[in-house]
Amino acid sequence: MKQTQPQVRRIVRKTIALALAAVIPALGAFAAQAADKVKVGLMLPYTGTYASLGNAITNGFKQYVTENGGKLGGHEIEYFVVDDESDPSKATENASKLIKRDQVDVLVGTVHSGVALAMAKVARDNKTLLIIPNAGADELTGPLCAPNVFRSSFSAWQPAYAMGKIVADRGHKNVVTVTWKYSFGEQSVAGFKEAFEKAGGKIAKELYLPFPNVEFQPFLTEIASLKPDAVFVFFAGGGAVKFVKDYDAAGLKKSIPLYGSGFLTDGTIDAMGGSGEGLMTTLHYADNLTNPKDQAFRKAYALAYKAQPDVYAVQGYDAAQMLKTGLEGLKGGKFDKEVVAKAMETAKVDSPRGAFTLSKAHNPVQDIYLRKVEGRENKLVGVAEKALADPARGCRM
Amino acid sequence: MDFVSFLIQVLNSLQYGLLLFLVASGLTLVFGIMGIINLAHGSFYMIGAYLAFALTSMTGNLMLSIALGVPLAFAFGALLEWLLFSHLYKRDHLEQVLLTYGLILIFEELRSLAVGDDVHGVAIPAIFSASIPLSDNLSYPVYRLVISVVCLALAGGLYYLIQRTRLGMMIRAGSHDRDMVKALGIDINVLYRTVFALGVALAALAGMLAAPISSVYPGMGSSVLIISFVIVVIGGVGSVWGALVAALLIGFADTFGKVLLPDLAGLMVYLVMAVVLLWRPEGIFRKG
Repeated sequence: MKQTQPQVRRIVRKTIALALAAVIPALGAFAAQAADKVKVGLMLPYTGTYASLGNAITNGFKQYVTENGGKLGGHEIEYFVVDDESDPSKATENASKLIKRDQVDVLVGTVHSGVALAMAKVARDNKTLLIIPNAGADELTGPLCAPNVFRSSFSAWQPAYAMGKIVADRGHKNVVTVTWKYSFGEQSVAGFKEAFEKAGGKIAKELYLPFPNVEFQPFLTEIASLKPDAVFVFFAGGGAVKFVKDYDAAGLKKSIPLYGSGFLTDGTIDAMGGSGEGLMTTLHYADNLTNPKDQAFRKAYALAYKAQPDVYAVQGYDAAQMLKTGLEGLKGGKFDKEVVAKAMETAKVDSPRGAFTLSKAHNPVQDIYLRKVEGRENKLVGVAEKALADPARGCRM
Repeated sequence: MDFVSFLIQVLNSLQYGLLLFLVASGLTLVFGIMGIINLAHGSFYMIGAYLAFALTSMTGNLMLSIALGVPLAFAFGALLEWLLFSHLYKRDHLEQVLLTYGLILIFEELRSLAVGDDVHGVAIPAIFSASIPLSDNLSYPVYRLVISVVCLALAGGLYYLIQRTRLGMMIRAGSHDRDMVKALGIDINVLYRTVFALGVALAALAGMLAAPISSVYPGMGSSVLIISFVIVVIGGVGSVWGALVAALLIGFADTFGKVLLPDLAGLMVYLVMAVVLLWRPEGIFRKG
């Protein structure tokens, strides 16, 4: 019995494959007749650590589509949703499924950089349009850039680079950096270092710990004995909370100011329980921007989802805006990915974060804000870098 | 590294080691005495931390939460043993791994449904919230020292329980020969249920104590699971003293590894494990 099972399975699988082979072209023809429907594959985390981020991005994306009456550039939007579980080992399969089985025209995803790198590869191989609504790995719009790969969020380099200049401007000459030894952390430190050293600063020591280890005590002891002017870190989620709390509990916050890139204080302030107060970070969004677009966006979002939007929702919203510009390029005609990509390159996105354009490598050219934690908010202090473009090193396009 | 820093790093090592011991002690009981490979041990740690978070937000007091939470965890452990684990003793390790791995997934999803995926913090009890200055710019949180003291007390208590009490004697006998103990008229089922519940309670207690310093976040259980197994294996399966010594060894290896050999920091713990197992394949304290 055991030996025949695979055979049976093979036959069943063949039958299904044949049936599908017969049906899919018919479906395809049907879709073509319906003419202007555009299939969007949302490949985002809906379970696991990043579930709330995946949901916020989805909400943001759908909000913009709803604001436009369910259509972008005159094309009705149909969604295909896959939970990527933030698991890089399943990424290729999931992305291929959306492209081959569901025949999506545009892929939107994801949060986790490892998954996004695999998605970018699949998108390149299949020449499918990909809009990345979060993952910040520099490579995506660097060495791995492609005519059909776009990003609506940021690169790891951007907020860190902006912070490098800020820290130097504030008179700190000698800085210790701490992060996890994984690509996002290393890219953040590299970005910071580049700007900080250019402004005349010196990195006293780069400290790394294995991801996702959160036993920081040995490093705090070392920082205390090195006595730098300031400390720059990249951490996110639980690690960010623990680092900031430990740093405060060790009494270091009083004598050595702490600066962070990006998500150190996003979605983590409450859990820090006061230890985060006064912390300065750089990101492409802040809690009290004054532009009317942001206010309208926040109001509509809160009304639709009974929750306050965050930077992830903004990135999802802007992914839909970019797609709209792309689809407008079709001028009501049939879907042609090259036309859409060409049009998307010229997008001037009226984002809640402030208007941005896309670089040659398809990464937002955007303002990076300096924020300061006050109470439960990342209050805007000012613009750290105006219209900062990722250098897109290694991108040949 | 100057002398003061060195001393502080020693303190860091001890403190981290003791916390690791607390997590691993429950595992060494369940794994060593009952022979169950319990991959869900990390989940019990996670459940403890979330219990601390939930109860503290209700009662506003961590110590009261622990007083409530530990009996809850004990009862939960007994219930699980009765429902699931009691069917596993005669089965092989693969089935134990399957069941307990399944439990990890279930507990994670339940956690996600019940509390969501955000990071939460638990406040340190006010009386322990002070810090002791150690050098001109570094101070040490009193709460970390309190945890160390609690861990030491528990190590002593466990040792006493297992080596010096009648219950401990029965537990030790049960780990050697289940059928013989049964034949002597001891209710082995109740005995095992107690041991398992104790293991769960210890893991949950570790989670509750660690919650204020580690914060409470999804996936926190899996981060302690592997290191706990490393400690149990190095220390010798089932040995409480072994777990204590191994946990301290790992504490030192991890702390000084990070400072002195930062490029090998991720490997350090496993290097120590490899060396110990080459020297003593049964672990440091394994008895016949």
